Amino acid sequence: MSNMLTMVVELEDKPGQLIRVLEPISRLGGNVISITHKRDEITPLGRIPVRIAIQIDESKIDQLIEEIERKGIVIRSYNRIKHTVTTSLLLIGHIIHTDLRDTVDKIDQTGFAEVVEMRIVMPELNKPSTAFIKLSAVDEERLKESLKILKDVCRRKDIMVIEPL
Amino acid sequence: MKIAIIGFGSVGRGVAEVLLEKREILRKFIGNYKVVAVTDSRGGVYDEKGLDLKEILNIKRKRGSLPRQVTSMDVVRDLDFDICIEVTPTNIENGEPGLTHIRECLKRGISVVTSNKGPLVVAFKELMDLAEKNNAKLMFEATVGGAVPVIKLAKIDLAGNEIISVKGILNGTCNYILSRMEKELLPYEIILEEAKELGIAETDPTYDVEGIDASAKLVIIANALMGLNARFEDVERVGITDLTPEAFKVALENGYTIRLIAEATRDYLKVSPRLVPINHPLAIGGTLNALLIETDLAGEVFVIGRGAGSRETASAIISDLICLSRSSRLS
Repeated sequence: MSNMLTMVVELEDKPGQLIRVLEPISRLGGNVISITHKRDEITPLGRIPVRIAIQIDESKIDQLIEEIERKGIVIRSYNRIKHTVTTSLLLIGHIIHTDLRDTVDKIDQTGFAEVVEMRIVMPELNKPSTAFIKLSAVDEERLKESLKILKDVCRRKDIMVIEPL
Repeated sequence: MKIAIIGFGSVGRGVAEVLLEKREILRKFIGNYKVVAVTDSRGGVYDEKGLDLKEILNIKRKRGSLPRQVTSMDVVRDLDFDICIEVTPTNIENGEPGLTHIRECLKRGISVVTSNKGPLVVAFKELMDLAEKNNAKLMFEATVGGAVPVIKLAKIDLAGNEIISVKGILNGTCNYILSRMEKELLPYEIILEEAKELGIAETDPTYDVEGIDASAKLVIIANALMGLNARFEDVERVGITDLTPEAFKVALENGYTIRLIAEATRDYLKVSPRLVPINHPLAIGGTLNALLIETDLAGEVFVIGRGAGSRETASAIISDLICLSRSSRLS
């Protein structure tokens, strides 16, 4: 069980930007769980929102936020999740066609749970794809709740959810 | 002890063979016994002095069916015998014809040993109440997990424990297909064809691959072990037909495999493909069945073994038969 921090930073669309965020994370002992570029949500100023999920010591969070902001990087939002519990699951179906973003957002919007890792395999166009997902929440109860939300969304979209034992 | 065998398919024949083969040993447990009636879906034979099982097995083998001397209904309603071995095929919709056979026997105070899931899924509580009212017993070890001890394990060996939950693999056909998909990373359809060729899957595999068989067994286990009054419709059921090789690939990369798991807790009954850590006891291969029983005193108990086959099913039926004769001698 470790502390999870997720943040959305707005980066300029040119090389070498991401490393500026990762450097302080690494220096403060953070472990990067996932990085998602939201290229479809580009800002009016041409910046790309990037969502970063990290595991980091609670006492280092304030310092990290300060250091990133001092570099002139815009942190749109951040969210700390204490004592996370994590579970893995598989989704099988037309995940992309049915708007993956929306499926993931439904979880992220809860504020108590997040999709912290995702791997998608698409065999061929129009064939069902498979996603391996790691879901994190503040406690067991909330994890169950977020799993239920995900299952409801997937049922509506005809996506099969394979839960862990 | 006079035994009637109702149903003479592979299970009935398997029981008859064991009753012949192990006569000397079985006598020590259940005393002298004779089979007085054997019936199949077409007809049957009856002899109160005891039938020659060897000859009956030969007739069945040669003709495909038994002579039409008596019917199953004649036997269960009117003829004289002590114990019924009801091994007609499972019908999940209405439990028939097994349900009527079992009801008629219990009404007459005749104890029944069965491998037929249908009647127990459709009318578990009714049959248990009927048995108790008529001072008879209904034994059904063979309905779940084939040769794997489940019902008596919980009721006798784990007596006094509360069964908190069960999780298991209750269908060997699905487990074969999934463990082959895991190994070969090939599509479901190809592995299903292989299973059909090997005789592991039936020509119409719906009953197995849609999780119907596993759900029926789960209902029986939940009712018998956990005191629930669950029905087949209470099971949240997902089959294995939509699983992809990619699903196995991604799961394996993350330390998991996929198995069709039947799970019962006080809150829900569920049969569905689940991610199982590759080093978990339930990550078994081939046609095996397994059950993880969570109890309040003993903690977790795990059993594994062959879930199907005529001799394996006969093993469960014979053990029920011995258990019955012991308890009747005690009382």
